[in-house]
This record gives sequence, C-alpha cells and structure tokens, in this order.
Amino acid sequence: MSDRLRSSGSIRRRLTIQLVGSAAVLAALLFLIVQTFTRELAEETHDRILLASATSIMDAVSVRAREVSVDLPYAALSMLSNVSDDRVFYRVVLGAETLTGYDDLPVPRPEPRAIGAMFETLVYKGESVRMATTVRWLSRNGVSTPLTISVAQTRTGQTERLADLTRTALLLGAGFFAVAVLLAVWTAQSSIRPLRELAGMVSRRGPTDLRPVTRPVPAEMAPLVRSLNSFIDRLRLSLSRSEDFIAEAAHRVRTPLATVRTQAENTLHRIERPENRNALREMIRAIDESSRAAGQLLDHAMVSFRADSLERTPFDLTDLVAELVNRLRPVADLKDIELFLEISGPHVMSGDPILVQNAVRNLLDNAIKYAPEESRVIVSLAGDATTHVLCIRDAAGGFHEDEIDGLTERFVRGRNAEGTVGSGLGLTIAREVAEAHGGRLDIANTKDGAGACVCLHFPSA
Amino acid sequence: MRLSALSLCLTLWAAIAGAFEVEEHALFGAADGRVLRILSTTDTHILRPLIDSFLDARPGVAVDYLSVSSAEVMRAIVDEGERFDLVLSSAMDLQIKLANDGYTRPHRSAWTPLVPDWGNWRDHVFAFSQETASVVLSRAAFADQDLPRTRQDLIDLLRSDPDRFQGRVGTYDVAVSGLGYLFATQDARTAESYWRLMEVLGGLQVKLYCCSGEMIEAVAEGRIDMAYNVLGSYARARTDLAESILVIEPEEYTNMMMRTAVIMRDAAEPDLAGAFADHLIAAAWSDPPAPDYPFPGPPATDRPEGASLRPISLGPGLLVFLDRLKRQRFLEEWRNAVQQE
Repeated sequence: MSDRLRSSGSIRRRLTIQLVGSAAVLAALLFLIVQTFTRELAEETHDRILLASATSIMDAVSVRAREVSVDLPYAALSMLSNVSDDRVFYRVVLGAETLTGYDDLPVPRPEPRAIGAMFETLVYKGESVRMATTVRWLSRNGVSTPLTISVAQTRTGQTERLADLTRTALLLGAGFFAVAVLLAVWTAQSSIRPLRELAGMVSRRGPTDLRPVTRPVPAEMAPLVRSLNSFIDRLRLSLSRSEDFIAEAAHRVRTPLATVRTQAENTLHRIERPENRNALREMIRAIDESSRAAGQLLDHAMVSFRADSLERTPFDLTDLVAELVNRLRPVADLKDIELFLEISGPHVMSGDPILVQNAVRNLLDNAIKYAPEESRVIVSLAGDATTHVLCIRDAAGGFHEDEIDGLTERFVRGRNAEGTVGSGLGLTIAREVAEAHGGRLDIANTKDGAGACVCLHFPSA
Repeated sequence: MRLSALSLCLTLWAAIAGAFEVEEHALFGAADGRVLRILSTTDTHILRPLIDSFLDARPGVAVDYLSVSSAEVMRAIVDEGERFDLVLSSAMDLQIKLANDGYTRPHRSAWTPLVPDWGNWRDHVFAFSQETASVVLSRAAFADQDLPRTRQDLIDLLRSDPDRFQGRVGTYDVAVSGLGYLFATQDARTAESYWRLMEVLGGLQVKLYCCSGEMIEAVAEGRIDMAYNVLGSYARARTDLAESILVIEPEEYTNMMMRTAVIMRDAAEPDLAGAFADHLIAAAWSDPPAPDYPFPGPPATDRPEGASLRPISLGPGLLVFLDRLKRQRFLEEWRNAVQQE
C-alpha cells in the first residue's frame, strides 16, 4: 500500500537544504562584513598614523625672521616603523618651493584656504603608497602661502596584514557555516521527530486497535491527528455496525433453523421410504451446518466485542481445560475418539475465561470433527514462568503445508475440510482470543505427519 | 680646521674628477669568470678570511672589493649611478636610505631566518655584526690616574687640565664620515652630555678624522691621548697595539652599530651577491660564529640587556638625520661646538 504512495520529497531534506542554504548566505555575508570592516579599520589606522607623523613634522616648523625652517622630529618617521617595515617618504613644500624631503613625491596642491588632512593612494618609486598631507597657511610678504607636509608609506605590511585578516575572516565564516550545518541537520531532525513518532505509533498498532490517538502532538499536527481520529472513529463505527448486523442476522437465522431441525427430525421418524429419509437426512445436515455457522458467527462477534474491551480476571487454565474436555467427551465417544489429557499442576493466568473457553472449545471441536474414528486427540497443558502453552494434537492427517499461513483468516478452510460441517471461523476465533491476551496461535503438523498440532500461547501475567 | 679644509679639497677634487674616492681596491680570484662587485666600508684585510672561504667554495668566481668611506657609498650609488652587486656598510642610516629609496632588492634564503627581526629590515637590509662606539685612550697618558668611566668623567678630566690635552684629543669628522655622523646623531638623540663634550673638545682644538683606523693609530703613536666614538671592534682587533691603547665603553650608555649588507637592485650578479650575503649571515649568526668571522662576537642574538649597551635600531627613524634641513642644522650646530676660534 505504502509502496504505491507517491512521495513529493522529504520535509527533512527540504528543511536541511533551506537551513544550510541560509547558513551559507549568512556565512558569506559575515565574511564580507568582517573583511570590509577590517579593511576599513586597517586603512583608517594607517591613515591616522601617517597623519600623526605629518602633524608632528608640522609641529616642528618654525618661522624665524621670515625664514621657514623644519626640524624633523626623530619620532616622525620612527613611529611609522611601529606599524610595519615599510618604505617611508615625505616632502615639505612651501608654496612652490620644496623645503626638504623627496623632491619628486607628487603632493596635492591645496585648494585656497583649505585646511585639514588629505589622504590619497598613489604609485611612487614603483610601489603603491598611501599618503597623508596636512596644510598650514603662512603669510609671507602679505601673501598667504600654503605649507604642505606629506608623509607616505608603502603598503606591503598592510597588504600582508589584510591577507592575514582575510584568512581569519574566511576561517570565521567557514567555522560559522560548519556549526550552522550541524545545527540545521539537528533542527531538521528534531522538527520532524513528532511526525515520525506519530507514524511509528500508528503503524505499530494491532489490526484491531481502533483507539483514537490521544498523546499530545505539536499544534501544527493537531488538524492531521484530529482528522485521523475522526477517520478511525468512523471506521470503528462502521465495523461495529457491520458486526452487530452479522450477529443479529445469525441470531435471527439460528432460532428458525432450530425449529426447522426439530420438525425435520420428527418427520424423519414418521416417513418410511428410504429415498425420502435420505433427503431428509441431507436436509438435517445442511441445517446443522448453517446452524453451526450462525453459532460461530455469533461466537466471533462476541469474541470481537469482548476482546475490544478485555476484562482480565485470574483463573486456572487447568480447571477450564479439564471441564471442557469432560463436557465434550460424550461427543467424542460417538466417534470412539479418545480424549487424552496431559496436565501437570495448576496454570493460573489473567484474562477473560469466557473467551479462552470459547477458543479452546473451537479447537477441540475441530479436532473431534476431523479426527478419524477410533483415534486419539491429545490435549496438553505446559508452560514456564512466562508462558502457558495449550496444545491439541489429532490424527486427522494434518494440513497442507502451503495453506497453514492463511488458515486463521475468516472463512478459510483447509482442503481436507470438504465434506465436513464447518464455517472456517474456528481458528480465527482462537487466534483473535490469543492475540487479545497478548499471546499467539501456532499451527503445525505433528512430527510423524499423522495429524495437526495447534497450540495456544498465553502469557502468565 | 686644517683637516676639514683638507677634506673640502678632497671633496672638490672628487667632484672635479667625477669619481668617488676609493681607499683600497682589491681583486680576489681571477677576473676572467664571474665577478662579484662589492662596495664596502669595511677595511679589506678584515673581511679577507670570509672572502677567501667564500671563493674556496666557488671556483671561477672573483670578488672585486672596493673599500670606501661610508659617505662615498652614497656618492657612488646615488650621485654617480655606479653599479655594484653588494654594498656592506657600517652607516646604518645610509643603508636604510638605499633600501627605502629603492636601490636595493629583497633577499630570502635558507639563511636569512638566522638574522633576528631587529637585524633585518624588510628582507632588504641584513645585519652581520654589532660593534660599539668606544673611547680609545693612550695607555702612556693615562698610566698614573683613574680611567674615565663615563662621558661626564671625561668632560671633568678634560676640563681639569686643558693645557695637557690641548690638541691631543680626536673624534670623527661627522661631515665626512657617515659612521661618525650616525654615532654623533645617535649621541645627540640620547644625551645632552654629547654637546657639552663636543664643546669641551672644541675648546681643546680637537683633531678630526675620517676613520676609526686612523684615530687608533694616532693614539697608539702618541699623537693624541684620547679618541671619542671609535669602533671598539677595530681597536680590539689591533692586538699589535694592545700595549699602547686602552678601549673603554662609557658606562652610562654605549651606542652599538650594526654592520649591514644590501643587495643592489641593478646587480649584475644578484645570485652571487645573495650567496655572499648568506655567507656573511651564516658566519655571523651561527652559534657559535664561524672561525673566520672577524668581528667580536657572537653578535648577541638577543638585544643586549641593560641600559649601557644601546643598539641603534634599523628603521625609517634613521632617515630623519639624513633630511637635508636636519643635516644642515645638525652640522651647523656641531661645527659651532667643535670649531671654536
């Protein structure tokens, strides 16, 4: 049934892929943000120290008798070596005249009255350098003249540091992604767990277990479980209705059948002609068969009902079996069948004695019915601390091996049953009783192949 | 005064001749194969054992070794565009300037990690020695008195007896010697006492020299009694003069210079230059240093502890005193202190 169900994909897989996908996007985003941030931070730090250097040179500018002089502080350049071992260039320009430094360092021409710092990245002496420029306006001969001080440094160290930071950011992103993947798998697993639990719970149920699902489920699953419960309810109602109907029908049929049988027996005594007597005997046999079938249908309905609401009481299986054997002994005697009882000690079990009696009687009925005349039916009761095993062995020739598995289905009869009165419900009833008590029914042929061995297993407690 | 006039003449002569001034020119090996051209401020005889061991392992290779004063290095490379493969110099600031201004190429090999971080600038400048700026005294002149232990002691001593020391003290001419300028600027950075000492020396008609070797010999021959800022390694290497000179490291601080190697960007034999740099590095930084390593060693693989030994760090800070205005100003101040009429 489930093989034919078309799958539209796995929720877990979809959830995992979506979570992993978003984790990948987040990790990439994290990497980009960290990288951008560190790059900006590194550049800003570099700019600041370059500006600090330029400012310290500016502080060392002295104007004496219109002579502008710069006394380069030692720290101005040595502070740059704290950042990295990079090449350092500087230039001090007053108006159009280079006071000192690298004459060919391209410095920006300040806008008139511009003050403050300027930063630019340029190529000098074949290498990319970052340059900070600071401007001060001096009045020379009444003309405002800019004094610009530029300090530049190559960026090898910064590039290396950024590569380091990029590696760190990459590791950070990858680590984040790895953790997120683990979490995604875990989340997907745990979010479908209630669904799997519900499925497991429903599929583990026995074939007759039609109780509603009562255990708590997540709110999202409540509608599903509610409709499942209502479906189960309808199914149970429909089943019990049909079983009621069958029981009612069997009951209604059985009573008139008894009347018909009595009449037929009376008539049989009165008529003399052999062909008429034979016809009547056939009639009585057919009536017996119908009556027995109706009886078993009733039994079955009763068993189904009682098994659904099993009321357990402790009773001794030994007494029950011994009484049944005694009750059926007259029937067996008719066919000269010897009922042989192998019982050792009491076997107390907990269950519904009426059901168990019904099951055992059906099995015994079968054995007596199919066993040849002057044979022996052995009823044995054994067991250990956990299980009681009740076995009934006959010498009726046994079952065909290939049909054993299907024998306990309703209305299935063995091929050797042709010509014998029966409905095919006896084994079904026995099996349902055993299962209602948590036990099972085993059907096999005896080792010598002379007959069948049918065993009921009941748990002790 | 006389000496600076002489140096001016020399400078003029060099400018007219259009060539830098070579102190010593030596060719090791046969010049018909590959030739490694080295421009160096280290006296030829000091590096000879290392050059020999270098050539022993490389038949068919020759070393063309030009020994010059440290200021001449800049003239040769920057002003005259001479091509060399390797430049070895004690003027750390000038070596940094060469590297900073793009005249050098980086070098990485199995040996370069031997150099501690503070002895390696950008894989361009490699230190291969650490040497002190010491005071050299004449044993004869200081035989019967306590030796000065600090600059202040020296100042007190010189002031106490000006007649005795008149014309009998010497130091570098910082205008001529790159190493002298480096020592002087680092002194000036470190302590005020430097300027007092220079003024005292100026008052004593200090004699100015181009090189440590000449100062050591002047002391040994008794022409002067004291020389300030002399390479301690050179003085101690002259075991033949040990009877007549005393080498003192001032106790309050002693500058330590690193001799460095740079490989030139336009080197004709960059591989040989790299190999020679590795040879120097291996000799200097192996523990213990190679037997043919000529400098007092081993160069401390950790920076010397304590306040007295003050290593000059490699870095762009050294460029500051090479600034045109800064240098002008410093030389002016120095001349004012030293050259008193």
